[in-house]
Amino acid sequence: MMRATLWKLQARYSPYLFVSPFVILFCTFLIYPLGRSFMLGFYKTAGPRNQLFIGFDNYKFLFQDVLFWVAVGNTTLYVIMFLSIQIPLSLGLAILLNSTLVHARSFFRFAFFSTHLVGQVFVAVMFAQILSVRGGLVNGLLSLVVGHTVQINWIGDPYLARVSLVIASLWLSVGFAMIYFLAALQAVDQDLYEAAEVDGAGKWSRFIHITIPGIKPVLLFMILVGIIGAFQLFELPWVLFQQSTGPANAGLTIVSYLYVTAFQGGDLGYASSIGWMLVLIVLMIVGTFRVFGFGRDV
Amino acid sequence: MPARTPLQASRSILLHIALIVAAACSLVPFFWLLCASVKQGDDIFRWMFLPWTNLGSLTLDNFRRLFTQQNFGLYIVNSIFLSSMFTILVVSLSSLGGFALSKYDFRGKKPLMIVMLATMLLPAQVLLPSSYELIYHFGWLNSYLAILIPGAVSVFGMFLFMQAMKAVPDELLQAGRVDGCSEFRLWWEISLPVVRPMTGAYTLMCFLASWNSFLWPQIILQDERKYNLPIGLANMMGMPEYQTAFGTLMAGTFLSVLPVVVLFFVLQKDFIAGLTSGAIKG
Repeated sequence: MMRATLWKLQARYSPYLFVSPFVILFCTFLIYPLGRSFMLGFYKTAGPRNQLFIGFDNYKFLFQDVLFWVAVGNTTLYVIMFLSIQIPLSLGLAILLNSTLVHARSFFRFAFFSTHLVGQVFVAVMFAQILSVRGGLVNGLLSLVVGHTVQINWIGDPYLARVSLVIASLWLSVGFAMIYFLAALQAVDQDLYEAAEVDGAGKWSRFIHITIPGIKPVLLFMILVGIIGAFQLFELPWVLFQQSTGPANAGLTIVSYLYVTAFQGGDLGYASSIGWMLVLIVLMIVGTFRVFGFGRDV
Repeated sequence: MPARTPLQASRSILLHIALIVAAACSLVPFFWLLCASVKQGDDIFRWMFLPWTNLGSLTLDNFRRLFTQQNFGLYIVNSIFLSSMFTILVVSLSSLGGFALSKYDFRGKKPLMIVMLATMLLPAQVLLPSSYELIYHFGWLNSYLAILIPGAVSVFGMFLFMQAMKAVPDELLQAGRVDGCSEFRLWWEISLPVVRPMTGAYTLMCFLASWNSFLWPQIILQDERKYNLPIGLANMMGMPEYQTAFGTLMAGTFLSVLPVVVLFFVLQKDFIAGLTSGAIKG
């Protein structure tokens, strides 16, 4: 009798038991900090102990804060440069790799994908050396091509610094995007291509009218992921520019501005308001994608 | 395979040249990294890859220096500890929670899932200042608890397991109950084996994410002896003996990247085996 009751109890209450560790931690470390961060946005703080309520002043100041807009500008510029190279390059590679003529497809797939396993910090350390003025791989290869010693300051020059960031970021993510495109290409109905060929459609028109519509969900997804990822960029530029915001703030991103404000300047309140602007920006981007009717795919 | 026409053959060659060039762009930095880590002194600036005329000058000094002059051994141990603990915590919590969400109806399930879904789109960085404040009040600054305990929450993992566990047949669970299986054992001995391939992939993802994590640990950890590899390396990069540390830094990067690539290689086979064998049939 006793045993049977216990057995019934464990059957009834185990689902609660199973989710409770998650729920407790979820509330403590996600829901509470979320609400708290909203509150903090209305305070000026110096470290975790000194706080002063200032209402909307943080947000008012944010709109005149040159550094914040530099960060937004940097990110916008970066995302345009990055996506306009990443998408065509990875799609092109996927189309090449999808050809029936390819030998050793799995080798190439691993070669392209392997860069994605390297974390942003390690990529940044690597590329800081690869792009270094003396002894760097890129300047070395350029010297070979031109025939005399090239000493381009890839990291230290404010304009080239942005290029360097895009190069490192492309190395990290082209192979990753390619894997997605490859999977999408393989899902496109092959009969459509044959029918189009019979009808005399050229290669280009087959690409525009069959391939692009066929992979559209993945294409939009990769663009969205690229944009959101760009707005959350931190580790790559931060370490590439030796734990700074780069020459003339060329490597300043929204998250690095948040980081510097909170953990070097000690103003957790202002940093929170920067964080909420980031939330707003990301939600606006996702919202835009939805409004244009890509909702179910994204 | 159909016979090749000359046109096809030339197209195939062009195609492979393009692919090889692209693969070289991916792989040459790895090779360059390895080369830089075994060169000594000025060879790094004199030779792009290896000192071909004097291969005897290659050295393991850079690796030795990592362990004698830097705390690199400690960083490796810390990283392995943090990543394994983190992975175990996230995978067990998510799979247990996902199992409950997938296979039971209980009070509060709907609202919970709605709140979870709503948080998925949020950029996690907005939580940094307030989480720091919370950790400060917990007295967990400079402690691994601050990394492992909040890190164990993964809404993505919960939904992933919830979705995967739908493949576990309800009849199988019912049969288990009749045979006297406790609900806990239904999770551990019946449901988990069914979703093993997915678990493997998710485990690898979690390990990778933790191995590469920098921002939050950098905020929490102040004692240099507690650093993980990304923080350790990033700080080595900024050291004043930068010029001499060039090869050492490359050796460190090489050692940090190597285990991840090897692990992926090894587990990749495991995934395929897991996928083909399948836990149950019919």
